[in-house]
Amino acid sequence: MRAAVILFPGSNREGDVARALRQASGVPPTIVWHDDRALPPGTDLVVLPGGFSYGDYLRCGAIAARARVMDAVRAHAARGGLVLGVCNGFQILCEAGLLPGALMRNAGRRFLCKMQHLRVENASTAFARGYAPGQVVKFAIAHGEGNYAIDAAGLAELERAGRIAFRYCDAAGKVGGRANPNGSINDIAGVYNDKFNVLGLMPHPENLVDPLVGGTDGRPMFAALAAA
Amino acid sequence: MKTRVIVTLKPGILDPQGKAIEGALRSLGVEGVASVRQGKVFDIELDADDRAAAQAKLAEACEKLLANAIVEDYAIEKG
Repeated sequence: MRAAVILFPGSNREGDVARALRQASGVPPTIVWHDDRALPPGTDLVVLPGGFSYGDYLRCGAIAARARVMDAVRAHAARGGLVLGVCNGFQILCEAGLLPGALMRNAGRRFLCKMQHLRVENASTAFARGYAPGQVVKFAIAHGEGNYAIDAAGLAELERAGRIAFRYCDAAGKVGGRANPNGSINDIAGVYNDKFNVLGLMPHPENLVDPLVGGTDGRPMFAALAAA
Repeated sequence: MKTRVIVTLKPGILDPQGKAIEGALRSLGVEGVASVRQGKVFDIELDADDRAAAQAKLAEACEKLLANAIVEDYAIEKG
C-alpha cells in the first residue's frame, strides 16, 4: 500500500498519520505539498491530516479544499482510490464536495480535546473491515468545529445507504444524549462517499496506535488500509 | 468598483457564536435584544464594466468560495 499524506499550511497531524501508516505497513508515506499538481505514481491511499489549514480562515477547510493538489485528489477518488480525511481533513473533504454536509461550530461552543467512544456503523469497507459491526472503539477528539450538518434528504440518503461510518456513543455503546459531544445530527462522527472509497471523520484514529498513549483502537483501521 | 457581499447562516442552522454574543449583550445591559445571528461581510474592489458584469462575478465568487451553499446564504449588497 502506497500512501500519500497531503501537507497544507497549518496542518499539524501529518506526523501522527505518518507514524500510524508506517507502523501498519512498514513503509513511510510520501508527504505531498498542497501546491503540487500530482500525487506520486501508484498512490493507493491519500490522507488529509488534521490541523488548522490556512488558520481556519473563511471556514474550516475552505481554502485547503481549493488548493491545487485537490484536483489530483479528486481525480484519485474518481478512479476509486482511497481517501481518508481526519478532523480538518474531514472538513476539507466536505468543502471540496467529496463528502456531503458541513462541519459547524460545536453546539456547546467549546473546543473539545478528550477521549471519545464511537460505534462502528459499517464494518464492510476498506477502512473499517478490521472492526466488528457495532464495535465500540475509543479514539481521541480535538476540534472546535465538528458539529456535522446536512439537509434532511442528504441525511436520509446517508442512513439508507449505510454511509454513516461512526457514531458518537458512550463506553457502553449507547448513542445519543450526553454521548454526543458536539451536536452532530444523528450523532454522526464520520461518513463515506457513495462509493465507500472516501471516508471523513472528526475523531483521530492515528492517535490511538500505541498503548503508551492510551490505547490501540486506531490500529485496525491502518492495518486494513495497509492490506488494501 | 467597490462592492460588498454579505454571507449569513441559513435559517435553522445553529449559530453558537451568535448565541454567545446575544448572551454577552444582555449581560452588558443592552435592552431589547431578541436574538443575534453572526454573518460575514466581504468588501471587494472589482474591475467590472457595469453592474450586471459585477453582479455575475460576485455571484461566481460566492458560489465558488465565499459561501458554503449547504449552510449559508449570500446577498450582493453593492455591486
